[in-house]
Amino acid sequence: MTHDVFMTGFGGQGVLMIGNLLAYAGILEGKNVSYYPSYGVEKRGGAANCMVMVSDAEIGSPVIGAPSAGIILNQASYDLNIARFKPGAFCLLNSSLIDEGALKRDDLATVRLPLNEMALELGDARLLNMIAVGCYAASCQSVSLDALKGALKKVLPERNHRFIPLNIQAIDLGAAQINKG
Amino acid sequence: MSERQLVAGNIAVAMGALAAGCRHYFGYPITPQSDIPAYMSAELRKLGGTFIQAESEIASINMLLGASACGFRAMTSSSSPGISLKQEGISYMAGSELPGLIVNICRSGPGLGGIDASQADYFQSVKTGGHGGYRTIVVAPASVQEMYDLTILSFDLSDRYRMPALLLADSLVGQMKEALELKPYTLPSDLPAKEWAVTGKLWRSDQRIVKSLYLGEGELEQHNWKLWRRAEELKEKEQRSEGKYLDDAKLIVTGFGSAARIAKTAVEMAREAGMQVGFLRPITLFPFPEKAFAEATVSCKQLLCVELSTGQMVEDVRLSVARDAEVAFYGRPPGTGSLPTPEELFAQIQKHYGKGA
Amino acid sequence: MKTVFSRPASLKDVATHFCPGCQHGLIHRLVADAMDHFGVQQQTIGVASVGCSVFLYEYFDIDVVEAPHGRAPAVATGVKRARPESCVFTYQGDGDLAAIGTSEIIHAANRGENFTALFVNNTTYGMTGGQMAPTTLPGQRSLTSPEGRDVALDGYPMRMAEVIAALDGTAYSVRVAVNSPKNILAAGKAIKKAFEYQLENKGFAFVEVLSSCPTNWGMDALAANERVETEMIPYFNLGTFKERS
Repeated sequence: MTHDVFMTGFGGQGVLMIGNLLAYAGILEGKNVSYYPSYGVEKRGGAANCMVMVSDAEIGSPVIGAPSAGIILNQASYDLNIARFKPGAFCLLNSSLIDEGALKRDDLATVRLPLNEMALELGDARLLNMIAVGCYAASCQSVSLDALKGALKKVLPERNHRFIPLNIQAIDLGAAQINKG
Repeated sequence: MSERQLVAGNIAVAMGALAAGCRHYFGYPITPQSDIPAYMSAELRKLGGTFIQAESEIASINMLLGASACGFRAMTSSSSPGISLKQEGISYMAGSELPGLIVNICRSGPGLGGIDASQADYFQSVKTGGHGGYRTIVVAPASVQEMYDLTILSFDLSDRYRMPALLLADSLVGQMKEALELKPYTLPSDLPAKEWAVTGKLWRSDQRIVKSLYLGEGELEQHNWKLWRRAEELKEKEQRSEGKYLDDAKLIVTGFGSAARIAKTAVEMAREAGMQVGFLRPITLFPFPEKAFAEATVSCKQLLCVELSTGQMVEDVRLSVARDAEVAFYGRPPGTGSLPTPEELFAQIQKHYGKGA
Repeated sequence: MKTVFSRPASLKDVATHFCPGCQHGLIHRLVADAMDHFGVQQQTIGVASVGCSVFLYEYFDIDVVEAPHGRAPAVATGVKRARPESCVFTYQGDGDLAAIGTSEIIHAANRGENFTALFVNNTTYGMTGGQMAPTTLPGQRSLTSPEGRDVALDGYPMRMAEVIAALDGTAYSVRVAVNSPKNILAAGKAIKKAFEYQLENKGFAFVEVLSSCPTNWGMDALAANERVETEMIPYFNLGTFKERS
């Protein structure tokens, strides 16, 4: 089984961070993984995308035209990418910043969460990416939540390890949105 | 077996070089390979090696020439326009029979082009971009693990055959991260001692001279034949490729590096659709795996070659296959938004499948 | 009997290919003297350049690496960094150092690379038959400045010893000549000093040696020597431009 997920937002939203986190979680579970980043010319504020594959088998292409899962964190990324997804793809949309508008697709398994507000409620606006990845993992089950949490140590720089409990809280909050049915 | 780490391809090259005992790095910043010098600058300082950010690509290849002439494993890394500037030095290294690793994280061109993944430096690498007629080893990793493993292999082959080695990859393989397993490295015990390396004469009465100038009657001709014999030996012994589903294949998809990665998924899609499609990926571009292509095309007469260019490796594929085999080509010249998808390549497979039967 | 003069051990007992009256042989000898003086022949790696001095290894009995045109300072950087225990010198002509290799010499000096750089300035491309060099004097005729160097079109001769001296990385920069016994003695001293700087890890040492090229100047040896005195030295002043203690 190969899971692919396309994550997209603007620079600073932590898209690449959760891409790394998911890939590392896959490694911790003994799977093959690939993480392929791409971003705009600007380091801050431009588009930030990545594609992550987690698989029991060998991974061929690290990029795929029609992803089967997505995390979309802002309007511009939504407008640019929503047409790409496979019918039936899981799509987490950050409703804080996305007004689906004209491109709305009704053939996707869409979950809408006001990630900005939820993160603020947790105490830090920067936690929105962790809520998102928790929600994705609980839904698509490409990696376990435990692996995701275990990977925090690997991808967060040492100086930020003190924030791990808060990040775990955010992952759990995201997962709870799926598990509560 | 070491713990697997999530590592970017470019960093895997740097880690492989350090594992292989390379302690001398010379380079010049250029996207998309700048994380290699960044990593090397930090690590070589700790290891007491040499890291120089040179004034130019030209200077850095010549620093490599100097360190290699001393008998040490040394390297430089760059991207396409920078590799063009290094061609003079590569020719001199080849003429002087010097080993050394040159890493090209190829970007799109010609000219300034762009920074997107590209395979358009195949000709420059494999047919050699410098003057005078020489050969270099060329390897083409397609995964982060291969970025590490083939860096090490390049140093070994380069020392053994006394010719520069090029590692040709692009930003897809260079910037993607995958699980990397660090394998312990030991220097092959049969590598010949570097009895040509300059050290200062020390206890010796004879001079050691590292040079490419041969003006004596017939001398340069003999020198060229010697280089040729070494390249022939390399071709005989060191061809490497990866094959999958070749036994019953009615169509073989081929490509190297990042194009092969994308094509591999397309081949799997074809197999899932019940099509007998095989996969053959050159790992060494020089020597080109002629034998694997000749063997595979005894029974399969239809090939599709995929490249991130308008078609370069396809020429070598056509030279290597059985005479009655047909080689189709699908390429995307590099640029922003020009990376083909597996779905796109699958459509190409569908287009060509069954045609040659 | 006391020996007062002999061939330096670092120099091979062979005839050179240099033209009659050429001063490369003399400069080679001074470099060999310096190696003998410090007893470093067996530790020395010479870096040859492209031009008349390409055959360094035919004359010096030392290990040698041959560099591409202009790149000797970069090659020497690689050599010296890889083998800091060895004694390394470069030997370049004016086309090699001051035209195609300007970048390499400037940056090696600026990094303070700890090797000795010898620069032979004879105001012409000798090996290729006498074209205009970056050091060709105003009005000097050459194959590529048949009416004489026109500074309005060709720019000015470069005073490399001064250029190199201006860089913070340079420890020692000097210009000498070998057109008279007095100047030869001073040149020998300067070259020794440039080796001493390296052996004491003091950093980049640069010696520009004014030299004659009778063949391409179309003169006999004596007239060429005279030209060094009357035309070259007034433009390329002899002296020490940098001497870091």
